Amino acid sequence: MSDFTSNFWSVYVAGIALVGIVACLLLLYFSGKAKAMTANDNTTGHVWDGDLREMNNPLPRWWVGLFLITIVFALGYLALYPGLGNSAGKLGWSSTGQYEAEVAKANKELEPLYAKFAGMPPEDVAKDPQAMAIGDRLFMNNCAQCHGSDARGSKGFPNLTDTDWLHGGSHDKIKETLVKGRMGNMPPMAAAVGSAEDVRNLSHYVLSLSNSPHDALRASLGKSKFVSCAACHGQDGKGNQTIGAPNLTDDIWLHGWGENAIIAMVNNGKVNQMPAQEGKLTDAQLHVLASYVWGLSNKPAAK
Amino acid sequence: MESSDKTTRKVIPIVPSQEGAHDASEDGAWGELYAAHQKIYPRSVQGIFAKWRWGFVFLTQIIFYCLPWLEWGQRQAVLFDLGARRFYIFGIVLYPQDFIYLTGLLVISAFSLFLFTAIAGRLWCGYACPQTVYSEIFMWIERKVEGDRTARIRLDSQDMSLEKLVKKWYKHFLWIGFSIWTGFTFVGYFTPIRELGMEFFLGRMSSWEVFWVFFYGFATYGNAGFMREQVCKYMCPYARFQSAMFDKDTLIVTYDAERGEPRGSRSKKADLTTLNLGSCVDCSLCVQVCPTGIDIRKGLQYECIGCGACADVCDTVMDKVGYPRGLVKYSTEHAMKNHWTSAQTLRHIFRPRVLIYTGILVLVTSLLFGSLLTRKSFKVDVVRDRASLARIVSGGNIENVYRLQIMNAAEKRQHFKVNATGMYDLKVMTDSEDLIVESTQSRWVSVRLQVPYDSAAPGTYPVHFTIEASDDDQTAQGKLDEKSVFLIPR
Repeated sequence: MSDFTSNFWSVYVAGIALVGIVACLLLLYFSGKAKAMTANDNTTGHVWDGDLREMNNPLPRWWVGLFLITIVFALGYLALYPGLGNSAGKLGWSSTGQYEAEVAKANKELEPLYAKFAGMPPEDVAKDPQAMAIGDRLFMNNCAQCHGSDARGSKGFPNLTDTDWLHGGSHDKIKETLVKGRMGNMPPMAAAVGSAEDVRNLSHYVLSLSNSPHDALRASLGKSKFVSCAACHGQDGKGNQTIGAPNLTDDIWLHGWGENAIIAMVNNGKVNQMPAQEGKLTDAQLHVLASYVWGLSNKPAAK
Repeated sequence: MESSDKTTRKVIPIVPSQEGAHDASEDGAWGELYAAHQKIYPRSVQGIFAKWRWGFVFLTQIIFYCLPWLEWGQRQAVLFDLGARRFYIFGIVLYPQDFIYLTGLLVISAFSLFLFTAIAGRLWCGYACPQTVYSEIFMWIERKVEGDRTARIRLDSQDMSLEKLVKKWYKHFLWIGFSIWTGFTFVGYFTPIRELGMEFFLGRMSSWEVFWVFFYGFATYGNAGFMREQVCKYMCPYARFQSAMFDKDTLIVTYDAERGEPRGSRSKKADLTTLNLGSCVDCSLCVQVCPTGIDIRKGLQYECIGCGACADVCDTVMDKVGYPRGLVKYSTEHAMKNHWTSAQTLRHIFRPRVLIYTGILVLVTSLLFGSLLTRKSFKVDVVRDRASLARIVSGGNIENVYRLQIMNAAEKRQHFKVNATGMYDLKVMTDSEDLIVESTQSRWVSVRLQVPYDSAAPGTYPVHFTIEASDDDQTAQGKLDEKSVFLIPR
């Protein structure tokens, strides 16, 4: 209600609601008193199209009772629930409160279910069809927005079904990623590498690491420039999971495939974030979800 | 129409109800806008139309009460499982996605109503409507306990006595028992009735089951026991818009005023020609049997539900006094005015309004049944992945992701194969070659389509999925085609 600086609109709205109810009551009272003039045949004397006559077919009296019930209901409702201006109502109901109560109730109902999985090692959780169905739903609601509904990711969003991990693919590491989130930082390296031509040569060397199509001459020229990269990606380019530096020797290109994409990364760098899920999901949910993600790349023998 | 009519024949006067008109004087009266409810005590009636009505009571109620007890294989034959969102009707398993069949059913019901009403007025109201059917059953119970019309009027006007108390309690006991059985049967369409029966006797029904058993039971008790004709007069919308389906060739319950008037009592031996009296002996039985309490001799009235009770009772009176039957009968306004024979009247059934209703009814019915008969044992929805537009995968392919919801509408396990066409060198990747969906279950499956990089310009390309089903014995169960699009980003 902070939109309103004075109480005026609250009183105004409440007044309209109450005046409306009183007006209904008055209408009901006067229609009970009023009589319609009818001729002997119970028509009002109004005629249309030559032969259409208006009759007075009275409603049964108990119908008035139904109207009264709606008025009593309206007053009771306005007293109990927020509706009369900015009054909160006797019950103190709010949509947020109802939502939170429902979430708390659902969580309480789910507790024993999750408790069963919390005590199980991730390998077993990943084999449990019920846990995987839960994991699938959690994934669809919380992860699929970036990683895709099949968890294979997209440009900038890692594929979770392969064995290539930026920060480690053990259950513990996955859970750590989920809980705390990750911040990947590739600094712009153009100045350290040298000229534009040097960067291009370097990109061909990087391509050569995974045996991707590349220019062998440029690659050999670029090899010496890799020193600037080795601090994070390692001498052999196999990356470093403790700082989230990707492996450059597999044929997996998170930020784009080919020469130009690599040049852009070297020149501009990139900050890439995995948001923390702590607080959004309960610890038990994270355990199941981490097991689900772990299971994506550690499939049991195909059925 | 009236004004251009130069005939001198008597026309049935359409006289409105006198209810609510007070202090009638020559100038008119002041009618109130609300009137006290007058309780109606319909007299029991026998005759051809009553037989028809009881026929419909038995037909509809045997179906209603027995259907949920039928078994089909390992399950209830007709069950609407709202929780699991599966609707079983004998051999058919419907998904919420099959809602169109309900639409079709409702369209058929609506046009059947239009057709019957155009031909013979409120046939539905008079014979098959649950309000009429349950009122008939409740009135039968009432008659068995309290006696017929005069006995009931006498009982109600008496002071409370042991006899009255016992009769009233007994009647309500029977009514309530019947109502609860009705509510129980209703809930039995939504939750397996045999289990519900066990829960009922063990007192273990869930709170919603208890609510619906008693709510539906209460509605039956209230509507059939107390509200009766008031439902038709003040609540039912169909009762109001049915007049749009009427015309002057519609069969309605009609009093032959020309033959009946002037009405009056007479001795059995009296000579009609000298008495200047019509056939109506003014016994008022037609008013006494009427479930809505009107006098059919005043002509067509909005309260008339077309049940024909007055026609039945008048025929018995005519038989008794030795006059020909049919003083009150099903006839049309035109037939009465032009003195048509029954054959002539029946010929006028075939008029454009009726033929159009029949045409639409036949069309929709055959569409519905045709569609049900050629129905596949599964359904598929193809949904493009909402998160990733397209991606480049190793090997330099462009990949799009789709989620397929495969719904198995058969009561056996089915195996599915997914294929797609529409682009050059299109590859289809699924997690498994053999996608299994268990009986009546649905499953989301992700399917990836790949085309080689640079094989097509950036843009949107239509692709066609083909989903083939087979059962455990590898017998083909049909094939479905679904459309989607493949995106190649710039």
